Amino acid sequence: MGLNVTSEMAAMSATRSAGGAALLSIRNVAKSFGKNAVLRDISLDVAEGEFLTILGESGSGKTTLLRIIAGFETASAGEVWMGNERLDRQPPYRRRVNTVFQHYALFPHLTVEQNVAYGLRVAKRPDAEIVARVAEALEKVKMSAHAKAKPSKISGGQQQRIALARALVNRPRLLLLDEPLSALDANLRRQMQVELKSLQREVGISFIFVTHDQEEAMVMSDRIALLRSGELEQVAKPREIYGRPATAYAAQFIGHTNLLKGEVRAGVVHCGPLMWASALPDGVALFSLRPENIRLAAGDVTTPAAVRARGNVRQQAFHGATELIRVQCGGELVLVVRTPGGCGVLDGVELEFSPADAVLVRESPERI
Amino acid sequence: MFSRAYKAAVTLPPLVWVTVFLLMPYLLMFCYSFWSVSASQTIVHSWNLDNYRQLLRVDVYWQTLLRSMWIAARVTVFSLLLGYPLAYFLSFYAGKKKDLLYQLVIIPLWVSYLVRAYAWKTILGSDGVLNTLLQYVHLTRHPLEFLLYSPFAVVLTLTHIYTPFAFLPIYAALEHIPRNLVEASHDLGATPGQTFWRVIFPLSIPGVVAGATFAFVLSLGDFLAPILLGGPSGIMISNIVVSLFGAAYNWPLGAAISFCMLLLVVSLLFFSERLEKKWSFS
Amino acid sequence: MEFLVSDRGFHSGSRWLLVHAVLVFAFLYLPIAVLIIYSFNGEGVGGFPPHHLTLDWYRTLFADGPIWDSVLNSLQVALAAMVIALALGVPAALALERAQFPGKALFRRLVLLPLILPGIITGLSLLMLFNVMGTKLSLMTIILGHGTALISVATTEVFAGLQKLDRAQEEASLDLGANYWQTFWRITVPNLKLPIIGAALLIFTLSMDEIAVSFFLIGRDNTLPLEIWGRLRRGITPEINAVSTIIFVFSLVAIVFWYRLRVRGEGGADAGGEIVQAVAGNT
Repeated sequence: MGLNVTSEMAAMSATRSAGGAALLSIRNVAKSFGKNAVLRDISLDVAEGEFLTILGESGSGKTTLLRIIAGFETASAGEVWMGNERLDRQPPYRRRVNTVFQHYALFPHLTVEQNVAYGLRVAKRPDAEIVARVAEALEKVKMSAHAKAKPSKISGGQQQRIALARALVNRPRLLLLDEPLSALDANLRRQMQVELKSLQREVGISFIFVTHDQEEAMVMSDRIALLRSGELEQVAKPREIYGRPATAYAAQFIGHTNLLKGEVRAGVVHCGPLMWASALPDGVALFSLRPENIRLAAGDVTTPAAVRARGNVRQQAFHGATELIRVQCGGELVLVVRTPGGCGVLDGVELEFSPADAVLVRESPERI
Repeated sequence: MFSRAYKAAVTLPPLVWVTVFLLMPYLLMFCYSFWSVSASQTIVHSWNLDNYRQLLRVDVYWQTLLRSMWIAARVTVFSLLLGYPLAYFLSFYAGKKKDLLYQLVIIPLWVSYLVRAYAWKTILGSDGVLNTLLQYVHLTRHPLEFLLYSPFAVVLTLTHIYTPFAFLPIYAALEHIPRNLVEASHDLGATPGQTFWRVIFPLSIPGVVAGATFAFVLSLGDFLAPILLGGPSGIMISNIVVSLFGAAYNWPLGAAISFCMLLLVVSLLFFSERLEKKWSFS
Repeated sequence: MEFLVSDRGFHSGSRWLLVHAVLVFAFLYLPIAVLIIYSFNGEGVGGFPPHHLTLDWYRTLFADGPIWDSVLNSLQVALAAMVIALALGVPAALALERAQFPGKALFRRLVLLPLILPGIITGLSLLMLFNVMGTKLSLMTIILGHGTALISVATTEVFAGLQKLDRAQEEASLDLGANYWQTFWRITVPNLKLPIIGAALLIFTLSMDEIAVSFFLIGRDNTLPLEIWGRLRRGITPEINAVSTIIFVFSLVAIVFWYRLRVRGEGGADAGGEIVQAVAGNT
């Protein structure tokens, strides 16, 4: 391979261990259920005050990883450290880690207030302190008015806030959130994303957020850990993962992309009708090209080194602020282009992109 | 959703049958309780409250009823003490063996009452297995008399019979507790012991109430175990009723006692249902 | 300990629970085990340790005429009771699950009452009914008694089966052009097959073992439990151990079979739970 890729890997391992003191250190954790290997050799550090998202499809192992950190599963191999202590040797009730569960898991026989106070009562804190801290927590999630209600009487979104308050009131060192927004409708979801993010900033503790929604991950995270079939595909800041995806899977999972399979011959990349210069060695190469980096060329105005292609519009999809247009450019090549408005001309459109925007990505091997 | 004809066809036959064979008999029993029996052993249909007065005044009825309730109470407590931890174990700790163990618990439930009561009789007698075993290993010199023909034997046998009855609703209630509540409790710092008392037990109370009701009501009305194993000191209220319908031939008085039992049972069921609803949170 | 797949590996209290569970199982099964062992004991009932294994008691049993007569009677009663209980219990379940009508709550409680009412009350009240109607006591009265008491079992089993039935299936059938009756026979009934068979099995077994209600409704002919009861009043013979063992084995087979049917029907290990729910008033 070339220089590009090795430096990619170096960058990746750097971000695996976040700069500064690592709050949580996951070292070579693996988990199998019987013959089924759900997690393979996961190593990841979480920094103090960081909002880290573990992103993955269903079956990727993200929930299992979270549960191992929380203590509801034991790893088949590897260690989890928090500071100087081995976290995975402790039962869940001794860890300074709290969880917001996917379906909230509020205690139905206790009021909202009693739910929030639960952890403090169990720790036998003095009554006055409990009352004060619970009131403060409810205030923070804007649920003070519902203190005496039973969970069955409040809405899903409200239950979610209570679950959050119940976890945070204990001042954990780390908060785990297991797809907490998945049961909410789209608008409420977006609202909660913003609130969660600002809450995390305000409280200052590390959040590990698990989701399958890549948009959500990008909006909220300081860093994203992309998990695929039990292995970490890429760990980086959202902009980094978006702009410089390491693999084809990462490129496709996050946002839309065009995956271009090309062949490098004597310093030139050939991809169907497309051609551009490159320093890569000869061989097959895979590129990710984001639709917004392709422009509809206007007339003869060309920037030097821009790649040009000609094609016919096959489909236009309205996405509100932009449109996604599928253009067939000779043979099998179809490019998806993002434009601010629709495309008037249907046949013989001219497309243009800069070769720098074609990011080299690794092939993602098939995993069972 | 269905047509009137269908509704009628489906509702009427059971309704009619149940009215004739359940409702009317109870009403009939109610009527009988106001009649009396003549010297020549026939039932006189004169309406009076004599039977109920007799129930209130004559000691033996009161005492037997109280003794029966005391026996039923002990059976209930022991059945719960045996059944609850068993249900808890099966529900939370049995893993893959849960299904098999569940079958093992319900099998005795459906196997003949008579067989099981008889088994205890053979075990507890002075020549029985237990006594001869104790003497064989030199723990005792003479057979222990209190084992059989005593309230002890009745309580023991009825506990044996009704523990699975108590187990079932408790197990059902425990199974209905979402496991993420247990995890949430642990997550918030509660040990398994604290989790049990603060989360699991409160949510299982409807099951406990149902199980206790089962055990109490069925023990109270039992007449077979006292005859087989109770001896003179183990007589329960139902035995008195049985004799009133047999050798002592006083159907109206027997009906009066039965009807009181019916009222007692129905009110217990009513209260236990209210209690269950109060403690049900889903 | 591989036997336990517990949710948490850190809990030591689970050891005590295991001990308790073992003891309770011992308590539940030892008497039956003793019964079985001693049915082969040469010296009959009682005495320890058992020795001199023999099949004598079984031989005596098989030569015992009255016992076999009573078995025949019990079989007749059980089959007839099964038919009655199903014929009335299945419509009752349908009525409770589907229809609305005045007095529904009372009807529900009445149907389910025999499940929790001590047998003596059901038995005596029926006795009084037959007395007033002038009916002589016979196997017929026992059949009526069993049938009535066991309607509740049929109803709860079928009711639970109906609740598990996805309404969408019936709606799809209607959508595709079948009318109510066709839908009933093509969709509803086939889905009720398992609960009905399960109920039949359960009713049959319970009727064979039934003694409390039968006690008051018996005429000249004995059922098996009453025949055994009669002998018990006269004294214990080891033959009774033998017949008890046989009863136990049959019941065991029937119940395990019923359980498998129930679990196959829904894939959950809560067989019997519907009866509990019914009595707990949550039907």
